[in-house]
Amino acid sequence: MSAGVELDHVTVRFGQFTAVDDATLDIKGGEFFSFLGPSGCGKTTILRTVSGFLDPSAGKVRIGGQDMAGIGPNKRPTALIFQNLALFPLMTVSENITYGLRVRGVSRAERMKKAGELLELIALPGQGNKLVSELSGGQKQRVAIARALAVQPKVLLLDEPLSALDLKLRQHMRNELRAIQQQVGITFIYITHDQGEALTMSDRIAVMSDGVIQQVADGKTVYDNPDTPFVASFVGENNPFTGRVVSADATIAVIETAHGPLRGRNPKNLKAGDKAILFVRPESFRLGQGEAQATVAAETLSAAFEGNATHVFLKGSTKKDVTVTVARHGGNRIPAQGERAAIHYDPAMSVILPEGKLARE
Amino acid sequence: MSSRLLVFLIPVIVIAIFWVMAKMERGVAHDPTHKGFFERNGTVLGVTFIVLVAFWTLFLVTLPYLYMVVESFHPKLPPMQRGGPDDVLTLEQYKSFFVTPTDGTWNTNHMSAFVFSLIASVLVTAFNFAFSYPLAYYMAQAGTAQKVRLIMLGLIVPYWVNEILRAFSLRLLLASKGLINQALMGIGITSEPIDFLSIDVGLYVGLSYAYLLVMVFPLYNAIESLDKNQIEAARDLGAPWWKIHRDVVIPYAKPGIASGCTMVFMLAAGSLAAPQFLGGPSTLWFTSIVYDFFFQAFNWPRGAAYAFILLAACIAFVMMMLRLFRVSLGETIK
Ligand SMILES: Nc1ncnc2c1ncn2[C@@H]1O[C@H](COP(=O)(O)OP(=O)(O)O)[C@@H](O)[C@H]1O
Ligand SMILES: [Mg+2]
Repeated sequence: MSAGVELDHVTVRFGQFTAVDDATLDIKGGEFFSFLGPSGCGKTTILRTVSGFLDPSAGKVRIGGQDMAGIGPNKRPTALIFQNLALFPLMTVSENITYGLRVRGVSRAERMKKAGELLELIALPGQGNKLVSELSGGQKQRVAIARALAVQPKVLLLDEPLSALDLKLRQHMRNELRAIQQQVGITFIYITHDQGEALTMSDRIAVMSDGVIQQVADGKTVYDNPDTPFVASFVGENNPFTGRVVSADATIAVIETAHGPLRGRNPKNLKAGDKAILFVRPESFRLGQGEAQATVAAETLSAAFEGNATHVFLKGSTKKDVTVTVARHGGNRIPAQGERAAIHYDPAMSVILPEGKLARE
Repeated sequence: MSSRLLVFLIPVIVIAIFWVMAKMERGVAHDPTHKGFFERNGTVLGVTFIVLVAFWTLFLVTLPYLYMVVESFHPKLPPMQRGGPDDVLTLEQYKSFFVTPTDGTWNTNHMSAFVFSLIASVLVTAFNFAFSYPLAYYMAQAGTAQKVRLIMLGLIVPYWVNEILRAFSLRLLLASKGLINQALMGIGITSEPIDFLSIDVGLYVGLSYAYLLVMVFPLYNAIESLDKNQIEAARDLGAPWWKIHRDVVIPYAKPGIASGCTMVFMLAAGSLAAPQFLGGPSTLWFTSIVYDFFFQAFNWPRGAAYAFILLAACIAFVMMMLRLFRVSLGETIK
């Protein structure tokens, strides 16, 4: 059984500092929902507010439609997986997994049965008598998931659970987490600073910056139609070109940049004279001269071969280089270092947004 | 040569054995990069080290105890006859604890004082723990840094006051006409003053208070290193506060608990001043008996024997408790 989670104008302050600023969200029951943002943006704070370890300074948290004010973490239908897992080192794997049942007074026989089932689910059958310290990182991870699932929460809260694992394992665990979520069918609220994780696993993503939710949408929308410059620059690679809008209609605007006038989509209905940023993703660029107002020419600084593609770095107008991802197929000649190269893009694949804060590199 | 002096050969023999073992080991596993002790430290410093360590271990630690052990196996003799034909090895001092030497009856007086002292020490330890655990937990996990500093200060400063002053001020507080009785009678809880001192309340309070820090600090140390997330995880899984303590905090802090309880028990059982100042008139603490043998009766052999009986009983009791709670001795001194 799953339950939705509503944040209703939730603000969390620590003294003068506002860690979460007026967050309003409606997470549906059974959804895999991610909070994505750089470290320190308030993700853990939101999760602790949902789980009941923090009280919002203002606003309401509702789970399954019920207001959670005054309900402690041990009484909420949520289970939290901690960033450092927080498994109990003095208990065996089975004891860890069934601890939530034990405090509920479930009989020993029942607990053993449940432990067996959950060990099966997390692919660690027969390992219940091991100590936690005898497990590998990935196994500990799975035990933490089983321990949380054992109490049959309606909402599972995961705080960067994969951050301690190495890259290979992390990618493997993504699929596994997603599979477990589909199997148990409960709401997952997942926190990460890794956009790859958020994009691959989530039904929807909330992108956060400095305590403010910037955009809530599915991964494709967040990637293709970012709402703010922060989202555009934080999710995936992007090349920003700042300037002022010189002409605009309902779909396309032209912006005067250090590289000349450039065209892009105009979803925010900017008017001539507005300060704005054009974003073109590295993979949207093609080598060679294109149509006017969609071509950039600059000195080639370097190239990085990555197997399936090559990243070419051109000198930008700011400190940041312009990155072009060149797919590996016959026709492409990688420009030599120092050579002046022209690159072009399809304006429909770019976006112009009102000026705003970019993600820190 | 007298057996008293013979015993001092023991440390010399032990040192000699270790010396030989070290020599042999060097012969077996020769490491050419290894530098000798004197090579590393220089001769002057090396000799100073050895002399200081030897002085400390031999003269301050080993020899006095050895002397006492030897003494406890001898009869009480006037100085003239020491080393004479009557100065034989004997178990009579240990026996006198169980059977009165003069009339051959059971020595119930001393044995009951002994049992009372041990039971009272257990109670003091339990009382002390019950008080210290919440305090240590608060300091280690719950309190803000500023409040913790304040509590620390509040715990330490009273120790600057000397023991006698502390004991007598407690007496004043608990006496028949003391503050507490006046207050109790004032608000009408009792009409007659309660004689706290003769029912040993003063003794328990005084001893618990005297060794509070000895309990609080090991507990604080142990609990402080517990990851807060462990506590929150248990809470998140639905545990009420007391189950969190039962299942997560106490098992984790077990070595600290064992260490604190061991020390408080040992110190309480061996304490002298607090029982004398705060015990009731009919209370006989075992160490007072030992004290009297040494300084009133000048019967050092019997005093030493009694002291070793106390020591052995305390060690045995502590070992038993450690085993019961499955803590290894090594853990308690971490
Ligand atoms: N208990 C606290 N007291 C004061 N500041 C806090 C506390 N917890 C978090 N913060 C601050 O709130 C901000 C957000 O923290 P957090 O939610 O942990 O970020 P994230 O999980 O996104 O990395 C940080 O700047 C952090 O320093
Ligand atoms: Mg965090």
